[in-house]
Amino acid sequence: MSFNSADINSFRDIWVFCEQRDGKLVNTDFELISEGRKLADERGSKLVGILLGHEVKDIAKELGGYGADKIIVCDHPELRLYTTDAYAKVLCDVVMEEKPEVLLIGATNIGRDLGPRCAARLRTGLTADCTHLDIDTKKYVDFLATSSTLDISSMSFPMEDTNLKMTRPAFGGHLMATIICPRFRPCMSTVRPGVMKKSEFSQEKAEVCQIVMRHVELSAADLKTKVVNVVKEAKKMVDLIGADIIVSVGRGISKDVEGGIKLAEKLADAFGNGVVGGSRAVIDSGWLPSDHQVGQTGKTVHPKVYVALGISGAIQHKAGMQDSELIIAVNKDETAPIFDCADYGITGDLFKVVPLMIEAIKETQNA
Amino acid sequence: MRIYVCVKQVPDTSGKVAVNPDGTLNRASMAAIINPDDMSAIEQALKLKDATGCQVTAVTMGPPPAEGMLREIIAMGADDAVLISAREFGGSDTFATSQIIAAAIHKLGLGKEDMIFCGRQAIDGDTAQVGPQIAEKLNIPQVTYATGIKKSENLVLVKRMLEDGYMMIEVQAPCLITCIKDKTIKPRYMTLNGIMECYSKPLEVLNYEALKDEPLIELDTIGLKGSPTNIFKSFTPPQKGVGIMLQGTDKEKVDDLVDRLQKKHVI
Repeated sequence: MSFNSADINSFRDIWVFCEQRDGKLVNTDFELISEGRKLADERGSKLVGILLGHEVKDIAKELGGYGADKIIVCDHPELRLYTTDAYAKVLCDVVMEEKPEVLLIGATNIGRDLGPRCAARLRTGLTADCTHLDIDTKKYVDFLATSSTLDISSMSFPMEDTNLKMTRPAFGGHLMATIICPRFRPCMSTVRPGVMKKSEFSQEKAEVCQIVMRHVELSAADLKTKVVNVVKEAKKMVDLIGADIIVSVGRGISKDVEGGIKLAEKLADAFGNGVVGGSRAVIDSGWLPSDHQVGQTGKTVHPKVYVALGISGAIQHKAGMQDSELIIAVNKDETAPIFDCADYGITGDLFKVVPLMIEAIKETQNA
Repeated sequence: MRIYVCVKQVPDTSGKVAVNPDGTLNRASMAAIINPDDMSAIEQALKLKDATGCQVTAVTMGPPPAEGMLREIIAMGADDAVLISAREFGGSDTFATSQIIAAAIHKLGLGKEDMIFCGRQAIDGDTAQVGPQIAEKLNIPQVTYATGIKKSENLVLVKRMLEDGYMMIEVQAPCLITCIKDKTIKPRYMTLNGIMECYSKPLEVLNYEALKDEPLIELDTIGLKGSPTNIFKSFTPPQKGVGIMLQGTDKEKVDDLVDRLQKKHVI
């Protein structure tokens, strides 16, 4: 078998690595298949999902409902749980044989373990944690026109370019960079969860999606790591990404951490079913667990309402929340950068302002 | 047993970030710090040193001033350090960087009981790619997102975090582990003795000449020109227009806010 990542003309099709946990597909699969469909249409190629696991054939069809033309299923008992060794071996073997032009992987804790290992083995580039993808250059230019401060009219672009243009935040979200991988294939990208829009599910499409079972070769010598056990933490799962209302707290709660978090919870309840998030300072100080973190190193959210309490608004935090539909900020410091992206700003002590807000919201609801 | 700890000096992006008129980052205006996740890797390595007396070697790739950071890590308790530095290595992406670091560790020697610790990701690039790519080049197993590491003989037990829990993973040395911050890991400070002695401990500099003939390096895929990935464009996102600062007493501000939210049918 000859595999040469530099022979770029022998590579075809858009591929998505579909992750499963406990035999269930994860949300990023649907987001990536939906996005992959768009890219495959721009390129005029097929969209293929690759699913690794054990006894997972039955869940594959659902991916077709979001636009996959074909799902390759690699089934083996050693693939039931994720291990770097087994997954990298199987994924790389199939990629070397089938030569996809593009390979997208969700930037989950698993995807970010698997992606770089495979890219190094395949001798190709990988772009981490992308938030926007284009193949068609005209679409990319349209994207720049609305999402950058560049003067597009004075620039020229290679309109025939068919490289995948992978855009991601850099330096804590202060700069955006579009990366290409022109000399090697596949073009690999891990994609940030919660950013790509999931398309409508179509039962019709799911029915016509082709499912291909693939023989897997794995031997004991391939496996140098062993999962001793998996522990699900009993903590309440926070679904920041899907939330409509998020009330986040920052360093401003330091004088009464517990009280500050309580107030945020009460305000989130007053708005109706909101969840509590936190800035990096709050997570680093151990005031809230890390799955509450909003920002460049945490989660990217776009709720209907985002309330920032005592958050200064470091670039790294803004990167994760500035696309919220409506932003309310409360901060003692009137020069706090958070006010630059807030729709409504209140200068004041959150411990005084928030109780008033809760009361006023409740009053309007009772009226 | 020797533990290599791979570290990176990064601009502190947690505060205000200064940008040059051309859109690039004004690094000179920002403090250089040891990457936060790398601090966890250093602490985990030094803990194992406390328990077993193993050798801890700090490794970085960067410009010559990164020596200062390596001396700091020696003052925290590391035995020695290696600075990989050459103009030819500048502008390397993660693929290129990992080849160079893997080649350096290969040259220094990776024994049967040895381990490599990295921070999960650096706050300037946030890629989390270099660790796993070093492991692949050296053909050793990896465990990422680690918060706990225990070693007995060649067997290493690692607590690996997932979004909704964790896995306990058993792995054979030599191996590479990437570490994350956790409230159970409190990076130690430099000691007074450490500061006094840090300039007398060995610090080796590996330049282009020293590494160019290493079997793990492909000279056509390193540096700015050789890196598989290139920057197509970089840009700053448009600032969202400044909104309305509400005025008056706390009560007036809150009433004004709630009134506006009602008109927008938010509540």
